[in-house]
Amino acid sequence: MAGALAAKIPFTAVKVRPAARESALGRRILITITVAFLTLFVLIPLINVFHQAFAKGLDGYISVFFPIQPEADATLTFSQKRRLAEAATQATRTWHSIWLTISVAAVVIPLNIAFGLAAAWATTKFNFRGRTLLTALIDLPFSVSPVVAGLVFVLLLGRTGIFGNWVTNFEWPDPFSLHWVGFSQGFWPLAFSETHTGIIFTPLAIVIATIFVTFPFVARSLAPLMESQGSDEELAALTLGASGWRTFFKITLPNVKWALLYGVILTMARSFGEFGAVSVVSGHIDSNDTMPLRIEKLWNEYNNQAAFAVSSVLALLAVVTLIAKTAIEWKSAREGHH
Amino acid sequence: MADSSRALPGFTLSLGYTIFYLSAIVLIPLAALALKTTQISPAEFWRIITDPIVVASYKLTFTASFFAAAINAVFGLIVAWTLVRYDFPGRRLLDALIDFPFALPTAVAGLTYASLYLKEGWIGGLGPNIVAAVNGVSGWFGRDELLAPESLDWLTFPFTGQTSGIVMVLIFVSLPFVVRTVQPVLQEWDPEFETAARMLGAGRVTIFRRVIFPELFPAWSSGFATAFARNIGEYGSVIFIAANIPGKSQIAPLQIVVKLDDFQYAAAAAIGVVLLVISLLLLLAINGVQTYARRHERAA
Repeated sequence: MAGALAAKIPFTAVKVRPAARESALGRRILITITVAFLTLFVLIPLINVFHQAFAKGLDGYISVFFPIQPEADATLTFSQKRRLAEAATQATRTWHSIWLTISVAAVVIPLNIAFGLAAAWATTKFNFRGRTLLTALIDLPFSVSPVVAGLVFVLLLGRTGIFGNWVTNFEWPDPFSLHWVGFSQGFWPLAFSETHTGIIFTPLAIVIATIFVTFPFVARSLAPLMESQGSDEELAALTLGASGWRTFFKITLPNVKWALLYGVILTMARSFGEFGAVSVVSGHIDSNDTMPLRIEKLWNEYNNQAAFAVSSVLALLAVVTLIAKTAIEWKSAREGHH
Repeated sequence: MADSSRALPGFTLSLGYTIFYLSAIVLIPLAALALKTTQISPAEFWRIITDPIVVASYKLTFTASFFAAAINAVFGLIVAWTLVRYDFPGRRLLDALIDFPFALPTAVAGLTYASLYLKEGWIGGLGPNIVAAVNGVSGWFGRDELLAPESLDWLTFPFTGQTSGIVMVLIFVSLPFVVRTVQPVLQEWDPEFETAARMLGAGRVTIFRRVIFPELFPAWSSGFATAFARNIGEYGSVIFIAANIPGKSQIAPLQIVVKLDDFQYAAAAAIGVVLLVISLLLLLAINGVQTYARRHERAA
């Protein structure tokens, strides 16, 4: 829904409207209420994330990601060894969740860009029967609860699902486990070290669920702009003899580049942060944890500081997202005025 | 406007790809949900969705979502008004902060709210202190205790079964909707109308009630409805806070997860259908308000 909204009011640079004469007291009260409300509900929770992440100091924060290694000649008691081993396992899982989150976004974003461009091209450059319905259907995932989004894939791809046994017995290699084995086993030097069985409760299910929840972002950011730009420039290029693809890459794509980036940023933020849908299709398996799921597990293990340390990474990303988003809005607003 | 000329190439390709991708990711999976519910009889379906525990979860979801959206409707209007019409130091920062709930992962929101309102958190610990301070002051003036000892316990909510916690985190999650729908309308608003109204002798309250608010109403109400719809589906942030007592502090999306963990796929699908239908109805209502407003505008 975030994207639907963002698309509805694209690129508004906020200016102050000259207020009609209002009493200074009323004005002061309203400003106080605004500042207090946003401080209480947004600012304090944000600061709290970092405060809690550094609750055990900088060393404690770093040791969540890089656990302390004992010196080679140190003599350790059994319980110390166990604690170190435990911390090392936790850090490995955290790193695994970080890589999985990035990998999922890396797969989802290109797919959604391709879809968003195709959908925006079809729905804005042409007029056809059912165009309104198609636009509404593209927006549909925004109004589906994330848990329901996860549920539909469990029902579709699970053991008792529509595709039944076929899809649960289907084996596929993990593309991220591709590694170099040399030429000893034949002419092909690369091999997969891991395979997955089935789709549900594997990283592929996480990718599919993430595509579902981020589905409309790119299309919704592109459509209003492409609609307002019309197709005069494209028609001119075609008349001058450019091919369809060339017109697309040389005319259309440069025209919508900021809107495209805007959609990509929204997609990225949502795919890093999606919880409900991913939680349902991950099957609560440790190797399927994305960062938000990892946060939940750490919190449930009473490892609050570690949960906040992982959260602080996501909170920082959210701040960066906001800055990038604001920058794009200003940039395209300024270009729009030229 | 959309160009109806078919002079541009790529219509079949782009439309075909769009429809293929849309079907594979959205339409077929949602059809699977509907298909799953046809495997159970209507009576069974009705029994599942009216189970007392499930009904209690709808009630909790609706009340909490409604209160959070209503609070946002009031404060969101004030925030949008202030940000558009007044200039003060920090306005830009606050304006950028409005979108923060969209950017922050809901799990992080749930986590930080849970920790803030724990007994040892920044805000959760304030309740008893405020009560003690207020009663101390009233004791100073020789009065009885003004506040009962447990009157501010709703400030300490994680895992205590307090609904206030769910409302608080939902306020955060749906905070941008009302502000961001009302803001552009206020931005476009021409102060001339106010001047005219004042010339005609209207007071400030009258101007707001009779001149400004009717103009804002469509955006404001659709912002409220969007916030409400978003809150109904919210899951990630709430589970960090709710005490998870069946029939008391389980929200409706959590019911689906509980049923799935129990391998009751048909029951999960039934509740999923209910949630889906509710959000589609809300979507229709929002579109209805907007269409009505547009027609109204054209008629005026």
